Amino acid sequence: MAINSKKTKKAAAEVEQNSEVGKDVIQIQGLSQGQIIRKKFFAHKPAVAGLIFMILFTLFVFSASGIHLGSEKDPFTIQGWWKFAHTDTILTSDCPTGCPTWNHPMGYVPTQAKDYFALVMRGSEISLMVMVVIGSLGGLIGTVMGSVSGFFGGIIDAVMMRFTDFIITVPSILIGAVIGYRMGNLGVLPLAVFLGLFAWTGLTRLVRGEFLSLREREFVDAARVAGASNTRIIFKHILPNSVGVIIVSTTLLLSGAILTETGLSFLGFGVQYPDVSLGVLISEHQGEFIYAPWLFWWPGVIIVAIALSINFIGDGLRDAFDPRQRRQLKRKDYLAKTSTRDAVNKK
Amino acid sequence: MATKDPILKVKDFNVEFWVDGVWYPAAINMNFEVAAGEVLAIVGESGSGKSTTAMGLMGLLADNARTSGSVLVKGTEMLNQPLSTIRKFRGKEVAYIFQEPMTALNPVYTVGFQIVEVLRNHFEMGPQVAKQRAIELLTMVEIPEPERSFDKYPHQLSGGQRQRAMIAQSLACDPALLIADEPTTALDVTVQAEILDLMRNLKDKLNSAVLLITHDMGVVADLSDRILVMKDGLTVEENTSDIIFNKPKHPYTQSLLASVPKLGSIKARSLAAASVKAEPVLEVQDLVIEYPKSGRIPAFRAVDGVTFSIQPGEILGLVGESGSGKTTVGRATIGLLPVHEGSIKILGEEIAGAKMRDLKKIRQHTGIVFQDPASSLNPRLPIGESIGEPIYLAGLAKGDELNTKVEDLLDSVELPRSYRNRYPHELSGGQKQRVGIARALALSPNLLIADEPTSALDVSVQARFLDLLQELQDRLKFACLFITHDIGVVDILAHRIAVMQYGKLVEIGPRDQILNKPKELYTKTLLAAVPVPDPKEQKKRREARARLLAGI
Repeated sequence: MAINSKKTKKAAAEVEQNSEVGKDVIQIQGLSQGQIIRKKFFAHKPAVAGLIFMILFTLFVFSASGIHLGSEKDPFTIQGWWKFAHTDTILTSDCPTGCPTWNHPMGYVPTQAKDYFALVMRGSEISLMVMVVIGSLGGLIGTVMGSVSGFFGGIIDAVMMRFTDFIITVPSILIGAVIGYRMGNLGVLPLAVFLGLFAWTGLTRLVRGEFLSLREREFVDAARVAGASNTRIIFKHILPNSVGVIIVSTTLLLSGAILTETGLSFLGFGVQYPDVSLGVLISEHQGEFIYAPWLFWWPGVIIVAIALSINFIGDGLRDAFDPRQRRQLKRKDYLAKTSTRDAVNKK
Repeated sequence: MATKDPILKVKDFNVEFWVDGVWYPAAINMNFEVAAGEVLAIVGESGSGKSTTAMGLMGLLADNARTSGSVLVKGTEMLNQPLSTIRKFRGKEVAYIFQEPMTALNPVYTVGFQIVEVLRNHFEMGPQVAKQRAIELLTMVEIPEPERSFDKYPHQLSGGQRQRAMIAQSLACDPALLIADEPTTALDVTVQAEILDLMRNLKDKLNSAVLLITHDMGVVADLSDRILVMKDGLTVEENTSDIIFNKPKHPYTQSLLASVPKLGSIKARSLAAASVKAEPVLEVQDLVIEYPKSGRIPAFRAVDGVTFSIQPGEILGLVGESGSGKTTVGRATIGLLPVHEGSIKILGEEIAGAKMRDLKKIRQHTGIVFQDPASSLNPRLPIGESIGEPIYLAGLAKGDELNTKVEDLLDSVELPRSYRNRYPHELSGGQKQRVGIARALALSPNLLIADEPTSALDVSVQARFLDLLQELQDRLKFACLFITHDIGVVDILAHRIAVMQYGKLVEIGPRDQILNKPKELYTKTLLAAVPVPDPKEQKKRREARARLLAGI
């Protein structure tokens, strides 16, 4: 508690200092929406931590296992710094149970005769790629479809929403199965793209709803009177106001992407042997949780870490876009002394 | 009339809110009593803590509030008691009338159901008996066709009728104390006068104590016996109505009374002769605007054959009740609504049927200030950018040049330059409306359309706002279409006044003629309904209005 309050005091002092500095800056120039958002995002500690973790982790993973693109016949490969690849078969281990050693820092899989670090790196690479592709495609299509549909309304809205309904009725696991079956040999990228092309429906509905209510607000009229075009009204005025919905929904989409990919792989349509993903690693080794827990823990911890960082980044973005934030009231706060109005106003 | 034992006795009552890590006092050491048959008015600007006090009495505040002191209702302590105790009093002994009848009534239940619910919550009553009683109540509050209105949903009633239904609901259990929180703020003047009449009659009939919360001194003068003036959570002054209105002691009370616009207290503003002869800035000819039919709802003619013009540097006040089509005229003038028939010319350029590109050019000569400052500013855009947007989009300035222009505009509406990086929610209502003006004036327009810019503001803020607008108008000489329902405001500003009703222009003429010698009956009733902040004068006006209405 004491440490906490010290920290908050320090943070408060910092904020004050910042605002002092800010005032000097203000005298010279006004900040645009983008500048303020950037400033607020980088002041959000968990979000920055999440962002740094994601960047470092991505670099670490991709440099460790190298880059493997293209089909089996025509591979495009850059070698990584880790001595084993996920395809390498290693016949001996320092530890008879396959526990982590210097040679195999994350352990060894005796049944497959593979280095687990190489497998986890490769799995993380695949999972990150699937997540990014599905998330960005789904997020982008969903946002644009929802914005246009909600903003223009009328016949455009009706046509787009019926199309959305049609897509919703097609189960994505079936699409994945078909694509995986037909194009499984092309690797996981085409699969991710196709899943992304079917993952935007929920987001579209939410964004459309937001737009329907926001476009009736007077500030939209004010922007129109000021001479703003439809594109500018959509992207500059309304979209920042619906960022909360978009971020929450996209974050869910990202974690959902891992699950979809794991499910498909489990059915035998997604990531195929010898390729792996984090989901595949977990589902393969869940039976060994008691006697070889490291096989379960590493991919599990990484999935949790990725999901957490994405959530933190999402939180930071949402708070940066949202000018008002509220803190929950705690029990000890009820006993605090009353301040004077002047003190509060000065703040 | 008033009995000795007070119904409500409040002692050392404090309300505090948790804001940014500290307790912020919203009401400090409140002491007051209300006896049966008495009306105590709590008056103050927004933020003075008057509504908070009213809500705090019955424990209706949000979770981040704490209360202390003592609140006795008929001798029973209410403050910080278990919910079961308070609930017995809520609705039965203490009833609320809220500001916004549309949000205070549940839209998915009929009005009748909601009244029956209150009755059956507090009394053991069969559905049939409760329905009879509810219809009785609806009859008492003078809702037309009470039997049919019983089965109507809130949206099927007009604003005034909704407020009547709310009052019927709150009177359901013959409450000893009625708390009316800005009961007429959302209503038109004529409807407001009716509701005030109704409340006065009911209070005498039921001998209830009434706690009236309002910022409108006219309403206070009309209804209250005693007045308590609040500022920044403190009681500034408490006394009988007569003394407060005629011999206010505290300087704040004096300034509050001084800022209330009084009809006919100001001399007419004359227009420079040159601008009378010049080409009109705005020419509206036989304007018809229809909202197209949707589904089974037929097309609605909101504006029907309106003709007027505005000279350069002239302020035309457009007055009417809600639904009269005045806002529609304003929005059409700036091209936000399609014109059905007739023509609108700004500086000789036709707006009706103009293409997007032409419209954009014409709009550079016009500016609009919207009614609700909270809604008309983008909540996610710092205000500096909101103000600079018209300039940026017109391609007149960028970067540093734009910054200096925004600074100049902020200066001209008397806002500190450092405010430009703030978001709208960090500003008060009056400040937001100043931002609205700054944005409207960004391109130094020839025509400013002000759509009820003061309706969301306090009287004293409104007075400062009107001063500012007048000063800017004197300096920049723009023509202005000032749309409002408040005749007192038009009285201060306008050179000429136009009165609208049901989409038609009833009367248009110079300010003095409209205010002093109105020709049309509707204008007369509209003027008679405006409450005057003086109890004696208001009594006279009330009787005069009754005679006028009896004459119809």
